[in-house]
Amino acid sequence: MKCQFTVFRFDPAADESPRYQEYRVDAEPTDKILDCLNKIRWEQDPTLAFRASCSHGICGSDALTINGHVGLACQKLVRDYKTANNFVIEPLPLFKVIKDLVVDMNPFLEKHRSVKPYLINDEPPPEGERIQSQKDQTVIEPALRCILCASCTASCPISRSNPDYVGPAALLRAFRYVYDSRDTATGSRLAGLDGNDGAWGCKTMWWCTDVCPKGIPVTRCIGQIKRAIKQKDKKP
Amino acid sequence: MKHHYDVIIIGAGLAGLRAAIELGEETKVAVISKVFATRSHSGAAQGGIGAALGNEEEDSWEWHMFDTVKGSDYLGDQDSIEIMTQDAPRTIYELEHIGVPFNRTAEGKIAQRAFGGHTSGFGKAAVKRACFAADRTGRVILDTLWEKSLQRGIRFFDEFHILSLIVQDHQCCGVTAYEIATGEIHVFHCKAVLLATGGAGKIFKTTSNALASTGDGMAVAYRAGAPLEDMEFVQFHPTGIYKLGILISEAARGEGGILRNNEGERFMERYAPTIKDLAPRDMVSRCILEEIRAGRGIDGKDYVHLDLTHLGQEVNDSKLAEITGFARTYAGVEPNKEPIPVQPTCHYMMGGIASNADGQVVLDSQGSTFAGLYTAGECACVSVHGANRLGCNSLLDTLVFGRRSGKEIRKFIHSIGLPPIAEDVAQQEKEKLQILMDRPGDENYGAVLAEMQAVMMDKVSVFRTQASLKEALEKIRELQQRFTRVSVGDRGNCFNRELLDVLELDNMLDLAEVIAAGALFREESRGAHFREDFPTRDDNKFLVHTLAGYRPEKEPQIFTKPVTITRFQPQERKY
Repeated sequence: MKCQFTVFRFDPAADESPRYQEYRVDAEPTDKILDCLNKIRWEQDPTLAFRASCSHGICGSDALTINGHVGLACQKLVRDYKTANNFVIEPLPLFKVIKDLVVDMNPFLEKHRSVKPYLINDEPPPEGERIQSQKDQTVIEPALRCILCASCTASCPISRSNPDYVGPAALLRAFRYVYDSRDTATGSRLAGLDGNDGAWGCKTMWWCTDVCPKGIPVTRCIGQIKRAIKQKDKKP
Repeated sequence: MKHHYDVIIIGAGLAGLRAAIELGEETKVAVISKVFATRSHSGAAQGGIGAALGNEEEDSWEWHMFDTVKGSDYLGDQDSIEIMTQDAPRTIYELEHIGVPFNRTAEGKIAQRAFGGHTSGFGKAAVKRACFAADRTGRVILDTLWEKSLQRGIRFFDEFHILSLIVQDHQCCGVTAYEIATGEIHVFHCKAVLLATGGAGKIFKTTSNALASTGDGMAVAYRAGAPLEDMEFVQFHPTGIYKLGILISEAARGEGGILRNNEGERFMERYAPTIKDLAPRDMVSRCILEEIRAGRGIDGKDYVHLDLTHLGQEVNDSKLAEITGFARTYAGVEPNKEPIPVQPTCHYMMGGIASNADGQVVLDSQGSTFAGLYTAGECACVSVHGANRLGCNSLLDTLVFGRRSGKEIRKFIHSIGLPPIAEDVAQQEKEKLQILMDRPGDENYGAVLAEMQAVMMDKVSVFRTQASLKEALEKIRELQQRFTRVSVGDRGNCFNRELLDVLELDNMLDLAEVIAAGALFREESRGAHFREDFPTRDDNKFLVHTLAGYRPEKEPQIFTKPVTITRFQPQERKY
């Protein structure tokens, strides 16, 4: 079927302001949105810039705004959209556009780094594995699905209004280490998250959870960080 | 722009990151990657990583070694396989210690599951050897290593595309790279370069590989004089989603999934009576295509069914969550109720840049090394996978040999100073790119790419003959000629994807030629290389590694080197 693609274009070297360009694409209902963008680039307009790699929702490169909703271009199919053959493709909100659909992810990554996203445990490890119960491993399982696509943070209304807010993706990573039974820095992690730019910045708007392409209950995980902070405060 | 480092690592997947972590604390190291680190294709590895921990049932590294040797159809070098399988348990514990969130047993140990070709008692029965984190094992290891390298303060140059190696007096002393965001050419001047750029599945039409898997590291090394080894051995994974090639992990069969033909028959019982659906990938892929040829594909089409319906929702939605999600999203089937349509998909290059177990690039059959140049992971050929890689050995390979490369590089850089390089390296690369941008082209990049992928799929995939390979080679050479008339329409410097596509295509055309030439040379059938005109293994003539050397404007020079055999003499390979 013939589809109409209205695509956000901006080349800082040539354009004073962003514009929208129309393309007609012959697509199957089962084609991914990414397939359509590839067709545009390969057959009609090689100058269209976007990121993509694995093409099946695991590398996290191609989060975009598709018909006003954030999603992965390689995970959304033409048939998923009620508007059937009309698509408006724009970059992720919140981030600065580098060119067309490519945005600057550095601020996102800085926030990721700020939560110390690595296991902290200064005790010498045993020769074999550390023992961890199935239950303890399962607690952090939702966060392990994260692919750093930035869909959640880009969609978060708080992130849009408070540039210092660490954002849902970084909080999800913080959750992964706060609740990892092998991590020994829980106290200092929670202290770092205890503020309006940290966990309390989240006003449970649920947008992050709605858009997550991996079905992660992001808001609930942030809620668990808040609960841990409160429980810590109760202790003498 | 010019940069000075001790070590430059190209590729931010598992092999590159593991080497970077090994080097990070005391050397000046930078990692260059054409995609942001966590987008690397290691992250797509699903099912697991093999190690004889014996957490679920009795196991030993000698059995793992035997399985790997047998899986390789006796082409793997046994000294290297011994190193890898013996080092596997330590490797897993090390991952656990830095935070990799493996699934656990009831006692809280690392959980393990069955995988293709992994057995106990030297081939007697299937064994649970694959350590895993659901079906996103590669992804969580990649995340953990990347985060560990952030902690170590390792410098990343993300979205930089490698153009060439800088070689002076037979020593590699840097690379040139293209910054995707600006179009600027950077010179990285260093004492040692590690190539860890992964595979090249995009050479074939149907593949599980990412858009970025275009073999850039293999191609730049080949053009700089490093031979490519055993490139004719290309693994087709039996279970890619029909038409799309998206991987459905072997873990699906490890957990009990069954392949069925159009009669509902569990056909693998006929081909591999002992381990059935858990036979190695080369065999299962051929069996699927045999069934299709015999008219037993589903609805007369070129696919079969992978049945997970009897595993239960609990297993499907927890241990196989990603792949059942893929089946729902892309194939439109509900795996708890319906079988998944699958067909073989190009998955892995057993071949690569010839190297030894310390990551040193090897130039000839005597084992002479390329000073300053190292390689690890899928782009290297150590060779631990020989003619067919076992599932769960790729992640292991990246980590064991990534670490060993790091150790060897550390020794090397302490022994030398920074070698001088020519002043005009950047200028030379700039001129080459300018020629590419300016040439008047009447050829379309997309057409040349599609024709290469089609001919490789039709003539050089699971079944090969002399005639098909000759036709393929002729076509590839025609495409190489046509490539010289491909132009770049995008004149921009910022995210000029078209220019990158053209550079990648150039790399893939060279590799496609080497794959087809190696396959034509090897007049036998071994592992993933099956010649219908020579359907048996010929140890008298071909128990050797194929090496391909680059000759400008000429076909590759094919020569051989012996296989290292230590513990296990070649036997007939039956499962």
